[in-house]
Amino acid sequence: MSPATLLRRLLLAVPTMFGVAVVVFVLLRVVPGDPIAMMIPGEATPEDVARLRESYGLDKSILHQFVLYLGQLVQGDFGVSISLKQDVLELVLGRLPATLELAFVAITLSVTCGFALALAATFWTGSWIESVVDGINSIALAIPEFLWAMLLILAFAVLMPLFPISGRIDPMRATAFTTQFYLLESIVRGEFGLARELLGHLALPAISLALPLIAVIARVLKSSLQEVMVQDYILLARVKGFSDLRILTREALPNALLPTITLTGVHFIFLVGGTVLVELIFAYPGIGNMLFGAASNRDLPLIQGVTIVFALLFILLNIAIEMTYALVNPRLRR
Amino acid sequence: MKSVQRRDFLRATAAATALGIPGLQLWPRSAIAQTADTLTIAYNVSPPSWDPNTGPSSVSPGLSSIYRSIYDPYVVQREDLALAPGVCDQFAWNADKSAITLRVRKGVTWHDGRPLSPGDVAWNLNRLSTLPAPLQAIFASIKNIKVAGDTVSFDVTPWRANMLERLTFLGCYLIPPHYYEKVGKEGFEKAPMGSGPYMIEQFERGSFLRLRAYEGYWGGAPAFKTVVFKFATDAATRIAEIERGSSDLAIDMPWEEFDRLKTRPGLTGVAHPTTDIAMIFLHNVGVMADPNVRKAAVHAIDKKLIVERIQRGYSRPIDTLLAPQYRGYDASIATPYDPKLAAELLAKSGYTRDKPVEFTIQTTRGYKPKDYETVQAIVEMWRRVGIKANIEVYEIAKHFELRTQHKLAPAAFYNWGNSTADPESSLGSAMFSKSPHTSWKGAEVDAALSALFIEKDDAKRMAGYRAVNATIAENAYILPLFQFYQPVVYKTSLAYKPHLAGFILPQSITRAR
Repeated sequence: MSPATLLRRLLLAVPTMFGVAVVVFVLLRVVPGDPIAMMIPGEATPEDVARLRESYGLDKSILHQFVLYLGQLVQGDFGVSISLKQDVLELVLGRLPATLELAFVAITLSVTCGFALALAATFWTGSWIESVVDGINSIALAIPEFLWAMLLILAFAVLMPLFPISGRIDPMRATAFTTQFYLLESIVRGEFGLARELLGHLALPAISLALPLIAVIARVLKSSLQEVMVQDYILLARVKGFSDLRILTREALPNALLPTITLTGVHFIFLVGGTVLVELIFAYPGIGNMLFGAASNRDLPLIQGVTIVFALLFILLNIAIEMTYALVNPRLRR
Repeated sequence: MKSVQRRDFLRATAAATALGIPGLQLWPRSAIAQTADTLTIAYNVSPPSWDPNTGPSSVSPGLSSIYRSIYDPYVVQREDLALAPGVCDQFAWNADKSAITLRVRKGVTWHDGRPLSPGDVAWNLNRLSTLPAPLQAIFASIKNIKVAGDTVSFDVTPWRANMLERLTFLGCYLIPPHYYEKVGKEGFEKAPMGSGPYMIEQFERGSFLRLRAYEGYWGGAPAFKTVVFKFATDAATRIAEIERGSSDLAIDMPWEEFDRLKTRPGLTGVAHPTTDIAMIFLHNVGVMADPNVRKAAVHAIDKKLIVERIQRGYSRPIDTLLAPQYRGYDASIATPYDPKLAAELLAKSGYTRDKPVEFTIQTTRGYKPKDYETVQAIVEMWRRVGIKANIEVYEIAKHFELRTQHKLAPAAFYNWGNSTADPESSLGSAMFSKSPHTSWKGAEVDAALSALFIEKDDAKRMAGYRAVNATIAENAYILPLFQFYQPVVYKTSLAYKPHLAGFILPQSITRAR
């Protein structure tokens, strides 16, 4: 991607972000659920309701609220969370690393296992291994991730207690982290025992998220590989006497890779934004867990903040994927 | 491409096993058995904020368990909801019930070791009365705060009958003024401090809270030096935690699971009544303005059957908004199940099974245990006598919004908690039409309640509430259903005493003898 294209993409992000801000702001105010009604207890009076509405600025018109919100937003002020009573941006950036680490481990697992299954199914096309791979894919896809989460807890945390059930770190461990990227930081610091413990906590939620994605990647890659494997240049490679493994991994795979890269990128974006249920089940302190709490409490500033940061992240990840795509496919280097 | 030979398969399996088994053993086996000094609780709510006196957290009963571990209330509420000496070891209304005097206990210290003074109590009362909090209108009655020696007194203007009870929990915890003023609002959120039996050691929002016993606690050292609250929003996670043994106590799970878990080796369980009731708001609009329809709706419901079949026996049918443990409860007020009477009442208004009266009933689905199933059963019971109710499922947020706007459907299922045990906090708020929480609007009830709100003679006040309750039941202005129970499963190595308010207080959990 040329610098001009990159700049154009980044500039295009500005109106996109504005659109997101408008849509989220308006939607949150028209959907059912009044944050003040959610927080008042049985003995509160109408005066309490009016006072709270005023203190959170909800007594003003939607347009007035939006103008104020936009004014704050351009100054980098995302407001203060109603339920958590802290700066929204600080909260979102504090939780995002946990979700990014979870998504990263899940996507790594998905790619590794998805590739292995696709390569195995292609290498042994027509054999029972291909049937087994197809069967695994069907099961992995048919069961939703939250159900996988329950099954994995039952199997590997209760019946065979190999992994922790909940949390990101052992509650009894007294470790001070400088960043919120616990796993990355522990590896950089050379504390591999800690890294292993963190990976243990990540294992079940990451596998739950990864299983359906493994099936998707395996299917797409297998299909691409099977298309490539019947092309003339593969026949030429066979004639040259290349081994089956070399033909598959060195000749076919690079050309079959492009759709899978796009798919993986898109799914990584979905993973970052779609971890709510899995984070809740495993009590994993990521952004999905926080978003659930924000939605339950109708914490408008926090929901808005998370959505805006997600939108920005999605735009940046999309640009990154396009850049990767161009790197792999020389025809796109314009 | 290539056919698989048996030898290839066996080789691959052997390789995978060789890699896989040691790989699995690499993972640390998380603590199966807890250490003797640590108590781990699988809990369902994580504190959003550490300021216990303002914001939505301050009025969340579920968070009181955690707040009461860290902060002291002015006055302690015992397991049976009776008031007991706490930081304020003496507390009383004055003779004409216009003011309250609190005596501050000597020897109470904040977690930094600094003494908790009467001045600190006065600062907290002043903050309470001026803070823009959900219950500010109630605490705005705290006026003219005075410190004299070790006592703090304040006027209650306008008068509120349950002001003393209010000082025991929701939105009423003591925080250290010197520390709060030094670190500010945001600093306090990041590193909160109180005077309670436990201090915060580590908090991973949405994941866990680790507490350490405060050695200088005025009430003596708690049995466990370390307490871990694991925040598991999902019931399945809490069940897995207690079943595996990585938590010592777990709360709130489906009754089927409760019955299963409490019989497992090393575990036991208790299901105890709480100050939370299930009821149906009736709104006097349309057909619900007809007393025959309302009375029929009440008499057509077999609450005992609902409790037995849907709640598996773990709740108690009630006929008034006051549960047996509340002050002013009157067991003689009853609205028995009588489908024949219900059909007769409907017939008087021209309704039969073939020509039923029709209205909407709103309910949540999954907000409270078996809420939707309960409403389904009620609708079926109603159908048998000539009531056709259409179920409308909504989110709890929608319920709150409609309720504050007085726009609920003719019938709406809800639950109401009242940990003060004073009838003003439930009956008063749920039936007084000027409250943002009522559905029924009636001059007769309003007039009776208005008089009770200012009645200072406690005997007359309770008698008045009994009379209002009888009127409400007789005219079917609301439809009380049952009192909720709370399921708690814990290790047999623990001694756990249930709290009527549903609090899980680690300081009151000890080792079993």
